[in-house]
Amino acid sequence: MGFSHTLGGTSYRFDDLRTLLAKATPLRSGDVLAGLAAQNAAERVAARMALADLPLRHFLNEAVIPYENDEVTRLIVDQHDGAAFAPIASLTVGAFREWLLADTTDATTLAAVSPGLTPEMVAAVCKIMRLQDLVTVAAKCEVVTRFRCTIGLPGRMSTRLQPNHPLDDPKGVAASILDGLMYGVGDATIGINPASDDVDTMMRLLDMIEALRLASNAPIQSCVLAHVTTALKAIERRAPVDLVFQSLAGTEEANRGFGITLSLLDEALAAAESLQRCPAGGNVMYFETGQGSELSSAGHCGVDQQTLEARCYAVARRYRPLLVNTVVGFIGPEYLYDGKQIMRAGLEDHFCGKLLGLPMGCDVCYTNHAEADQDDMDALLTLLGVAGCTYIMGVPGADDIMLNYQSTSFHDALYVRKVLGKRAAPEFEAWLGAAGISDPQGELRFEPARLMPALPLLDAK
Amino acid sequence: MSGADDQTLATSSSDDWTWLSRYTEARIALGRCGPGLPTSAHLSFQAAHAEARDAVLKPFDAKQFAADVTARNWPALAVHSRAVDRATYLQRPDEGRLLSLESEALLSEPRAPADVVLVVADGLSSRAVQVNALPVLEALMPLLAATGRRLSPIIVASQARVALGDHVGELLGASASIILIGERPGLSAADSLGLYLTWLPRRGRVDSERNCISNVRQGGLAPEDAAKQAAELIERMFLHQAAGVSLARLPQLPALDDGGA
Repeated sequence: MGFSHTLGGTSYRFDDLRTLLAKATPLRSGDVLAGLAAQNAAERVAARMALADLPLRHFLNEAVIPYENDEVTRLIVDQHDGAAFAPIASLTVGAFREWLLADTTDATTLAAVSPGLTPEMVAAVCKIMRLQDLVTVAAKCEVVTRFRCTIGLPGRMSTRLQPNHPLDDPKGVAASILDGLMYGVGDATIGINPASDDVDTMMRLLDMIEALRLASNAPIQSCVLAHVTTALKAIERRAPVDLVFQSLAGTEEANRGFGITLSLLDEALAAAESLQRCPAGGNVMYFETGQGSELSSAGHCGVDQQTLEARCYAVARRYRPLLVNTVVGFIGPEYLYDGKQIMRAGLEDHFCGKLLGLPMGCDVCYTNHAEADQDDMDALLTLLGVAGCTYIMGVPGADDIMLNYQSTSFHDALYVRKVLGKRAAPEFEAWLGAAGISDPQGELRFEPARLMPALPLLDAK
Repeated sequence: MSGADDQTLATSSSDDWTWLSRYTEARIALGRCGPGLPTSAHLSFQAAHAEARDAVLKPFDAKQFAADVTARNWPALAVHSRAVDRATYLQRPDEGRLLSLESEALLSEPRAPADVVLVVADGLSSRAVQVNALPVLEALMPLLAATGRRLSPIIVASQARVALGDHVGELLGASASIILIGERPGLSAADSLGLYLTWLPRRGRVDSERNCISNVRQGGLAPEDAAKQAAELIERMFLHQAAGVSLARLPQLPALDDGGA
């Protein structure tokens, strides 16, 4: 079966659902590279019109990647909640957009239908939405998660402190952490990307943060973003692992490229919970995603990169993560060419993740070979703040000296919190006050004496 | 008069923990004005980004580079990938991995057989090539010549990705290839050169089948040291008839890091 739409006297045909979704996607370099993009602007809009007429029910009958071939598809189909879907079962994609935007659709309604949505339904409606639609609906979603801090409460915006160091030197990492804490950054997590993915490095860094946590009594949760198999080894050795991290893709084949399967992730979740470092009912997983990773690992299966990104969220939600973020501009211009494409993708990912019930953050970022700069990041950061983004990254001076790309800085976090009146997680905010990093009014003091309890980290070892 | 005359206008405040900077090159203790960066820190970030952008976008003068090579009595041939311009190159890595039809024809002409092909490519930083490729070649060529292996002309490639060396190596029937290529610029260095070595370079090789020597620049890995490492790697490759992960498992060999090129 196929789909067709006539626009301006030209009839456009789309062979199947994955083709229709790909052709309807706003222009981006990755879909062109994969040979999936619409041939021209008119075909793109015709595809959107055909998509708008498609009943949501159709998505339950046609998979973009066959059930037999792909465990992500099987997860999507098997975890679909028909009762949650019932209230919107009669809608087309176009009517679903209007329903999402309606004033009568609030956070409670959205949370109730979320288990009834497949990632492909969410990707489809996303493709026919403007940026302001994506902002409006995402801002209505409420997703709250907990470890030592409560993340995602209304009026709050959290930050991951990202203190990377090219040699994984614990003192170098600690120096960046202290700088960030003075700026009130780190309530989502202190998350280090190790340059070297091995268990000894991971344990050295975790031990350092654990010492800082115990010395300062800060309600922080840490993460070394090594491969999940490295984290499993560290857990075996009883390392102080708070969050287990993994990069996800939206197809079984691309996940194999990442060295993971769903059963491996099941094992990781059980191992993380076995440490009992998180309060009961809390969340212990941390995932990162980003449009284009499936194409990059030759596992895209003919599906466009935005739809595949939404499929990552179906994988993520199985594990009730504390945090998920899209590393939107990291992958490079062959997937997202410029500031415009990066901005749209960041807001799409945030919207899709939130609608699928995830605590969605965004690494607002770019590489030096992309057509983008700090102005583009400011625009995306501000839009995401308005959209209620759960958290952003905090990198010293926006310059990650290990991964060699530009993200958001401690200053950027301060900016977005100030202009939008957003606050840190309540437990973290209370600790900043108790430690004297902020004053009784919640204003940061920037007094170096407040760093003193942490100094043994730098000099005593 | 109000007391305003006695007051200093509020501008930026420094962060009084600049001593932490001894532990990391990260941009910490920058100071602030409200939530913003002090003007000097703000503009020095722009300067670093500008340098990186210019390194990506500045066209590679392949003709001049080939002339510089020829002047040292090494034969040279200039070639071009299928990516017609920089914007295409950045969006179509597949086109940067293949020779243009014209260059393909040029390299298909009958010529003396070569054991090792040498390619110098702009990659993501033409500046890295302009600054660091000749110093590497000057150290590398005598080391390779001393082995008695037959060398190809130096292939000077524009709008090229690492895997262009596979297409070149295939046409020249070489056993091994060395490609010197500009790495993706960071804010701290925009002139890093990478050296990628491949055994039996043929189209379709994957990254795990290569060895890489990266961050070659003044202030990073010195060109002379990189040349020495490359020459040693080539000898191991001929000894073991392999490259990449399998060769890297031997002690002291660098693993592959694509660096976005």
